[in-house]
Order: sequence, then structure tokens, then C-alpha cells
Amino acid sequence: MTAVSEPVVGLAIEGSPAQPAEPGVRAVVGPGLQPTLAELSRPGRGTTKVPHPPPGALERIPQTQRRARPLAVPELAEPEVIRHFVNLSQLNYSVDTGFYPLGSCTMKYNPKINEWAARLPGFAALHPLSPDVAAQGTLELMWELEQWLIEISGMTAVTLQPAAGAHGELTGILMIRAYHQARGDIERTEVIVPDSSHGTNPATASMAGFQTVTVKSDDAGQIDLDALRAALGPRTAAVMITNPSTLGLFETRISELLEAVHGAGALAYMDGANMNAILGKFRPGAAGFDVMHFNTHKTFSTPHGGGGPGAGPVAVNEKLLPFLPWPRVLREGLGFRLERRGERPSSIGRVRSYQGSIGVLVRAYAYLLAHGGDGLEQVSEDAVLAANYLRGRLADTYEMPFAQVSKHEFVASAQRLRAETGVRMLDIAKRLVDKGFHPPTIYFPLTVEECMLVEPTETESVETIDAFADALIEIAAEARHDPDLVREAPHDSPVRRLDEATAARQPDLHWRPLTGAEPVCPQ
Amino acid sequence: MTYGPHTIADRQRMLAALGLDSIDGLFADIPAAVRANGLDLPPALDELSLARRLEALAGRNQPGLTSFLGAGTYRHHIPPTVDAILSRGEFYTAYTPYQPEISQGTLQTIYEYQSLVAELTGLDVVSASHYDGGAATAEAALMTVRATRRERVLVSRAVHRHFVDTTRTYFEGGRLTLDELPTLADGTTDLAALERELGDAGRPVAGVLLGQPNCFGILEPMAEAARLAHAAGALFVAVVEPVSLAVLAPPAECGADIAVGEGQPLGIALQYGGPYLGILAARADLVRQVPGRLVGRTTDIEGRRAYVMTLRAREQDIRRDKAASNICTNQALCALAATVYLATLGPHGLRDVAALGAARAAELEEALAAAGAPRVHDGAYLNEFAVRVPAARSVHAALLEHGILAGLVLADWYPDDPELRDALLVCATEVTTSDDIERFAAALREVSA
Repeated sequence: MTAVSEPVVGLAIEGSPAQPAEPGVRAVVGPGLQPTLAELSRPGRGTTKVPHPPPGALERIPQTQRRARPLAVPELAEPEVIRHFVNLSQLNYSVDTGFYPLGSCTMKYNPKINEWAARLPGFAALHPLSPDVAAQGTLELMWELEQWLIEISGMTAVTLQPAAGAHGELTGILMIRAYHQARGDIERTEVIVPDSSHGTNPATASMAGFQTVTVKSDDAGQIDLDALRAALGPRTAAVMITNPSTLGLFETRISELLEAVHGAGALAYMDGANMNAILGKFRPGAAGFDVMHFNTHKTFSTPHGGGGPGAGPVAVNEKLLPFLPWPRVLREGLGFRLERRGERPSSIGRVRSYQGSIGVLVRAYAYLLAHGGDGLEQVSEDAVLAANYLRGRLADTYEMPFAQVSKHEFVASAQRLRAETGVRMLDIAKRLVDKGFHPPTIYFPLTVEECMLVEPTETESVETIDAFADALIEIAAEARHDPDLVREAPHDSPVRRLDEATAARQPDLHWRPLTGAEPVCPQ
Repeated sequence: MTYGPHTIADRQRMLAALGLDSIDGLFADIPAAVRANGLDLPPALDELSLARRLEALAGRNQPGLTSFLGAGTYRHHIPPTVDAILSRGEFYTAYTPYQPEISQGTLQTIYEYQSLVAELTGLDVVSASHYDGGAATAEAALMTVRATRRERVLVSRAVHRHFVDTTRTYFEGGRLTLDELPTLADGTTDLAALERELGDAGRPVAGVLLGQPNCFGILEPMAEAARLAHAAGALFVAVVEPVSLAVLAPPAECGADIAVGEGQPLGIALQYGGPYLGILAARADLVRQVPGRLVGRTTDIEGRRAYVMTLRAREQDIRRDKAASNICTNQALCALAATVYLATLGPHGLRDVAALGAARAAELEEALAAAGAPRVHDGAYLNEFAVRVPAARSVHAALLEHGILAGLVLADWYPDDPELRDALLVCATEVTTSDDIERFAAALREVSA
């Protein structure tokens, strides 16, 4: 197959649509696995979806601009297309099929009315450049959603534009830079992050042109206040704090931390990935944070989609209000409109095309309106209760490195088990697959060895949580009696452990070009 | 209403196991000084009332206008196969395939997405995926900076305005420079100006970005622009519209090192702006600079074919501040939509979509010219073009009263350009009918009279 170290794969004319397996690969298709679209393709197949164009439709396009070789995408009839993707779907583990306690990702249930709502033609078929008068329903929804996020965050204003949490971080950091520059404070080139932070925090700082400074956590899992004070200075633009932290712990000295940040003239960014623990319990803006992002796909139940799309609304206080991306949604009289180009020159500009991932935001809106304030507080209470209950169930089997009460997720470590049996956390995770569960996040945060980060969420029943605890306890016993059983797991999944080294050494990132032969038109 | 399963007894049982008699014990770590006291939000709605509220809001939009509005986002027929697959909980309620043994469905569809976009663009490394066309364009501009260690990027003013705006935001305040290239009367980018800018030895150029078709709908001299860029040691980035690649020369054949674009036309609903699909594809030797997720094919320990996320040492969770980008959550489900769309249409279907759009656009050109609205630019176009209409903004508003969405008022995007003061950007696709075109032309005559 094509190695990426080779020059551009041109448009070689070779091979037949059904590719044979390359030497060394035991079978093209293993049990339960699915051929590729390319292997399923047969010239001449297809299902007519649109009228045929009149002859000569492309004659006015200069020959030099036209595609010379016919497009070689697969040719399948509709029934084969559906069966292909449905079969593939069944190789996936998902929230709809089982327990998915992936720490830091909040894999809660995705309500079905949200899916229905996003598909209403009034929302789904609306062009993003529609005149404001034709988009009043969506603009009202956006405006209301902003008000609710302002209430939840304790901030002054919200932008719905960012497409994901990391995109929200970039938006926030760019606003912080604009804030310092507007004050003529141009020597601030550093962003401080704790060592337990999400990788997106330092990556965002770099992307926005800042140097990252890392401060250590103390033994109790809290940000080390003295280390933070030592790192702060006239070069500090911002400190990015995840609260509750990625260790699942609330930063109990948050007021002192924020006082230190502001005392140095820096601004405080809150990574809101863990908001599911503190809805109605802690409002970051009221506590002194200057800016934060939400992850709608974590806290507000919008689906994770196999990797996305999400949405990452950003809330700011008065300091950053002038720098919000444009266009904002404005309320005028009885109606709503978008800001116009150039209307607010202090804005950092657009961070994406159009107004945001509206289809995702419709789902978040439906979720918030289904819950109300009390319902959201109940969400956080149940999420925290579930996490602490599960932590308690596992405390005799795995190490719990931090004494403090957990919020919506907790860190556990298998260091002792590894020392005694050689079984690693990776093995335990893979063995969970055999027992019907999605493994938790493993080896993150980077500050605890052999760790897992477990987040049960509020939508799992106590029976499910008990079954998961039983499975983890059982695996620890297996590690002592039959360590190879654990080390060689998973045994029952569609495929077993993968050769990731070869995948990286000889990258095969696409199938070979199908065929250069003139395709036969479907009848 | 909440979606949780806990009964009062369940909660009591869990609290008792923790030795607590109230939930407050689990929030005692939040200091009183910062402890919030509930939320002032509208009251919770039951599902029926919620559905009514959402229907009422959706009903206040007007998605059903007779529309000639494109400008980077296009109405197309979306085969129902797409939503049938997107609605599979196994796909949309999973996350990033960190555990490949139980994520082969997502992983194989990403590999297939990469393969299909590689075929469309002729480029080997396809990132899966970016937020939208604007973010993908900004990422590509940053890629050229990393790859060449130069700090200046040239972008045609006829690249989608929002993509340029987004790139400018990503560049703002830092050490990077983004300069715009002018266009000629025929609507193409001024290559003489490009050559001059590239010749400025004191300000070496990392990358050159042109749209194909550009945001006036005009076909650019891509191969010539690429040649000029390469001669100056710069990378060439093609900003493409994916459906057009069924009939237009692939970016790689035009000399593009990177192709980016908005993937929305590949089976993704308009949704007032997102979620969409940022396409980004690059030449094989740029792989280490490519931001975002890559899936590769490999085998499992029993020799079975399988797929896995690969070349992960570019990503933020591994490399932190040295990562190629901060992207984590991406647009995987939108990439799946594009994959199902392409599989459903096949090569002939996609070519028919592109060619039928071109045919309808030619019909539209003729009808509008006859109604007194001639084209602004005389360069070749595919399915979108600008027309000159005196008092364009008020005509656009008057046509809306007739139920017609007469494209984009180009002065919204180019407020300082006198040439575009009275211009509308209009498009046709396979969903445009001859009746629509006749209605548009007739109404235009009426409101102009």
C-alpha cells in the first residue's frame, strides 16, 4: 500500500476495484469485519439520485480547468451502501449500547428529542447567510441560549461561535492578548498551565503565539499556590485553570489562586470541561474568573459523534466584552439581528465561518430547557454522587491517590497491582472490553502513574455502576491468578490488539486509486 | 425533567454507602465564599411542551424561500441514506476511537473518508477533520508557516471572506502577516501582483492561497499561480469546493501542496452555519505538519486487517505545547456524512450534481441578463457568478418580499470596493428549477421597473 514517504501518489491507472489482500495479511476480512467501499465497488452500479444534466453542460468550462481522468470513487447500489455502514456501526461501542465512563469526556446519554429538534426543517434548512428577517427563530434561540450560559457561568456575555472546547480556548486566549495589547501591556508573552491540564491548554497557548509555563500540583492534587506565585510575573498574560481539575478535585483555594493571578496583572481562564460537576454550585465569573469555555458535548448532552462535532461557547466578563468575536447576536426592539462587518472594531474578528455550530447549539438549548435550574443542579449532584459511590466501591482494590472528595470523576491507580503482577493499566482497560464496558481514560492526567480517570455521569443506573465496579474488582483478581488472561485482552472484541508501530512506521492512510478506466454509466 | 435513572431510594443507598446523609457533604469542598446558590433559569419543560417551544422557534425561520444564495455554502439534494446512517446511535454516541478494538466502525469510516478525499483532491494525507472551511484555511496557512519557517502568507481577496477573516484572526497580534492579493476585471486573482509580492526578497512568503472556484464563482489560473509560488519557495494552497472536484482538475494536478475547503456540500444540512466539515489534504511529505486526526490501516495480533489512529505525535494530548494544532474534538460525524454521501452518489451521481448545477447556472445567467442584470466578471465560472443590479441592496430586499432570496449582496463582503457596490452573487445547483429561475427573472423585472 502507499507509504506516505513516497512522492505524491499520482493518478496511477492500475488494479481492479476489488483489491486482493496484500501478502502477509491473513484475510481481507476477519470475522465480523467489513470490506472497504472500494472492495465492494463494481463498475456500473449505482442508484440515480438527481436528473441527468443536459448534454454539453460543461462545454463552457475551459478544457484545461476540467478533470481529465474520470473520478474514481466507489460505485455501489443503495442497499449495499446501507448494509456497509450499518455493519460498520455494529463494530462500535457507544453510549447507546453501553457504559462509557471515559474520564474528562462526560459521555452522558444524548436525549433523542434533541436529535429531532436539530432536524426540524426550520433549523436544518436555513442558509447561514440568510437575511436576519428570515432567521428570527434561530437568532432568538441563540440569544436565549447566551442568556442561560451567562447565568450558569456568572459572566457578562457569551459567544456561541467556537466549534469545540479547544477552539473556545483559542478564542479566549486571543481575547486575552487583545485585552493586554489594548492597554499597551505588550510584554506579556507567557501562559501558565498546571501540570495536570488538558493537552489542549498548552497547545492553545502555542497556537496563539505564547510560551507555556507549567506549574506543579501539590501532593493533595491541588495547584501549588507557592509555585504559581513564583511563576507569575510581568510576562504572564494568563493562567489557564481547569476547575474541578482533571484529577476530579475542586480547587479549594480558588479565591487565593485568582487573587494571585490578578495581582500579577494577568487574566484567569477557566477550562470548563468539568462543568458537569458544579452546575448551580460554582459560577466561575462570580468567583473571579475572566473567561471560560463550555463543552456542549460534555455538559449539555450534545452527541460526541465519534470525535465531533461539538461546540465550545465562551463566556467573558466586562474586561473582555469588547473583544468578543463578531458577529454577536443583538436584540433590537422585538427582534434580533447579527452584528455587521466593522460594527465593533475592538473585536478579535471571526474565529470561523458564519455564526457557529448551530445544529449542536439547538440540542444544547433543548437540554437546558428540559432541565431548568433545579434540574441542572440535580444533574451535577447525581454525577458527583455516582463518581464518589463508584470510587468507594473500588477503594479496597485500586489506590485512590487523593483524599479529597471527588467531583464528577476520580483518579484511581493500579501501581500496586502492577508491582505485584506486572499487569498494567492498559491491560486492565483492554480486559474491561471483554466484560462489556468501554474503558475509562487511561494514563491521563500525566501526574499519576498507572492511572485511570473514571467518569460515570449522572445518566447511569446504580446497577450499571455496580456491575462496572464488580468487573474492575474481578480483573484485579484475574491479574493475580491468571495475568496472561489480562495481558492478552481483549479476547472477544471484533479485532484484538493492533500493530500500532507498523501503522506509524509505514503509514497507509488511504486505499489505492481504484481504476482509471472510463466508468460505465448506471442504467 | 432530567434523564437520570436514580430513584430517591437509589440516591439514599449511594449516600449511605458513603456514610453521608445528605448530598451537601459531597460539595463541602467548595468554599462558602464562592459557593453558588442555584440557577435562575426558565422552569423545566416536559417533553411535549419542549417540542412545542422548539417547533415555534423553527417556525419563525424562513428556510423555504426560492433561493439563489450560495457563497460557499450550497443547497443540495441530500439522499436519505445519509441521515439513516448519521442517526445510528453506534456512530453518533461514540467518541474519539481511543480504544480501536471496539471502534473499528468509526475508524474504518474515517479511513474511507480519507481515501475519498484523497481521490477528489489527488493529495495523499487527508486530515479527519477540521471545524469548517474557515478553520481549515487558517490551519493550512499556519502549516505553510511551519513548513517553510517563513512568516508571511498571501491570500487572494477572492477567497471566501469568512475564510480570510478567520485566518486573519488566527494571525492577529502575533508575528505573522497576512496580505491580500487584488483581482482583475475578469474576476481572477492578479498574478502580476502575486509575482511582485513573491519577488519581495525582504519579506519571504510561506504560502499562497487561491480559491477554486473563487468567491466570485470564477475559475482561477491555479496551475500558473502554483508555479509562481513554487518558484519563490512558497507552498500553494487551493481552497476548493468539493462537489466541483467531480468535474474540475484536482488540486494536486494544478500543483497544490495543500487543499482545503468547506465540506458542507457533501451531504451536510445548511443549519445556519454548522456543524460543517473542514477539509484539509496535503502532499505526503508534509505529513508531520498536518494538524488533526489521521487513521491508518494495520493488522491486529492475529493478522486481521484493522484501523487505528496513527502518527499521534503531532497531536495535543501527546505533544502539548509542541503539537501541530490544539484541535481535539473535530467534525467526525460530518466526515461520516460526506462519506455516506459520496458512497451513495458514486462518481456518476457526483458528476451529475456538478454538471446539472453548471447547466442551471448557465440558464440563470441568460435569464438574468435578459432581465437587465448582466454578469460583473467575464471569467469562466461553474455554478455561481456575480451580476450587476443597480441599487442591489434594495432590490435584494424587495425580492425577499416576493419570496426570493436573490443571493448575496456583495457589498456586505466588500464594502470598500466601488466595482462591487451594485452586485449580487447568485448560484444554482441541481435543486434549482427552471421555474425558480423564471420567477426570479420576472420578479427582478418587476422590482427594477
